[in-house]
Amino acid sequence: MPPFDRVVERHGTTVLRVCRALLDTADADDAWSETFLAALVAWPDLPADVNVEAWLVTVARRKALDVLRARARRPQPVELVPEPPAPVPFDELVARDDALLGAVRSLPDGQRDAVVLHHLAGLSHLEVAELTGRSHAACRRSAADGVAALRRALSDAAPAAPDARRARRPLPSPEGALR
Amino acid sequence: MTDAPAPAVELDDDPSLRLGLVAATDSAPGPRLDAHLDELRDRLADSAASAGTVDVFWRTVPSPVGDLLLCATDVGLVRVAFDVEDHDAVLDRVAVQVGSRVLRSPRRLDGVVVELDQYFAGRRRDFDLVLDRRLSRGFQRTVLEHLPEIPYGETASYARVAAASGSPRAVRAVGTACATNPLPVVVPCHRVVRSDGTPGRYRGGEAAKAVLIGLESGARS
Repeated sequence: MPPFDRVVERHGTTVLRVCRALLDTADADDAWSETFLAALVAWPDLPADVNVEAWLVTVARRKALDVLRARARRPQPVELVPEPPAPVPFDELVARDDALLGAVRSLPDGQRDAVVLHHLAGLSHLEVAELTGRSHAACRRSAADGVAALRRALSDAAPAAPDARRARRPLPSPEGALR
Repeated sequence: MTDAPAPAVELDDDPSLRLGLVAATDSAPGPRLDAHLDELRDRLADSAASAGTVDVFWRTVPSPVGDLLLCATDVGLVRVAFDVEDHDAVLDRVAVQVGSRVLRSPRRLDGVVVELDQYFAGRRRDFDLVLDRRLSRGFQRTVLEHLPEIPYGETASYARVAAASGSPRAVRAVGTACATNPLPVVVPCHRVVRSDGTPGRYRGGEAAKAVLIGLESGARS
């Protein structure tokens, strides 16, 4: 096998994107590390013809979903005693769009997979189908439904939250977005 | 301050959705993302090292003889390579010879870099590094193990090294052993020259060999 480092170099960004789409920054970093640690162990015995990117994305998605499931099962003391969130650096504030990420994370599983794996990570619908165990047609449909759902969610959110951040980042009106 | 709106996230077509998602995950290409990935890669190397799942760590370091590639195993430094050898090609061979679980980790090779910097500044004559000699075998290994006997700042002929290695007639084999030294600079094959005083073959090229001989003779005085 070629040096494993090439894989980190080539696919590190895509894996980080998948992790960050599903998890908050610190958890995303952990999921990134766990993904590449698992990949490193498996690397010498991997079939030479494996689609490395799809394989990594599969592992990353599974690691991220593990974290989410663990969160959901665990009692959430954070909700009882809310702690003030750590301040986000201003440059990050400019770069992030929490509304979009929030909408992505509230999508049903299939649509979220389609949006994150196809639209963000760039896998084909067929690859998404293979790694999620669903049919090609279902993945295609989920991708379209997911995009429509995101558009609806963001359009609904836009007029309801006329704060400073919303004003700085105008979203298309429902009519405009649908046209 | 101008009130230029940030690009709106349009969801009707894939390219803009992709751009929106890239912005939302704060992962657009650039120095900030590169710095974060570098940090993640260093952390990955540390975790993998404690799990014992790494065959080779590597990094590069600038030097007066061009960028040097440094490769280490958990035993010690296993390969030093010059720019002219093509670092990518060297890493490919190391992955086959030593193992494919190869990770970049500047941090884990800091100690080697410190000693090399001291050497190139003329402030170090001997290296105090643990070496992994698995890439040299047989007669080559015997020859290379004798090289540190040639004092800093001096040179010896291939014939003399052949005699010191116990095979006075193996002058050619000594030449080959030196020219394929997996740990050049650190194992001083640059101190072995032709009988007429010209530098002779070197993995980093004859010019690099002359630079090292010049460095050592200049620092000596």
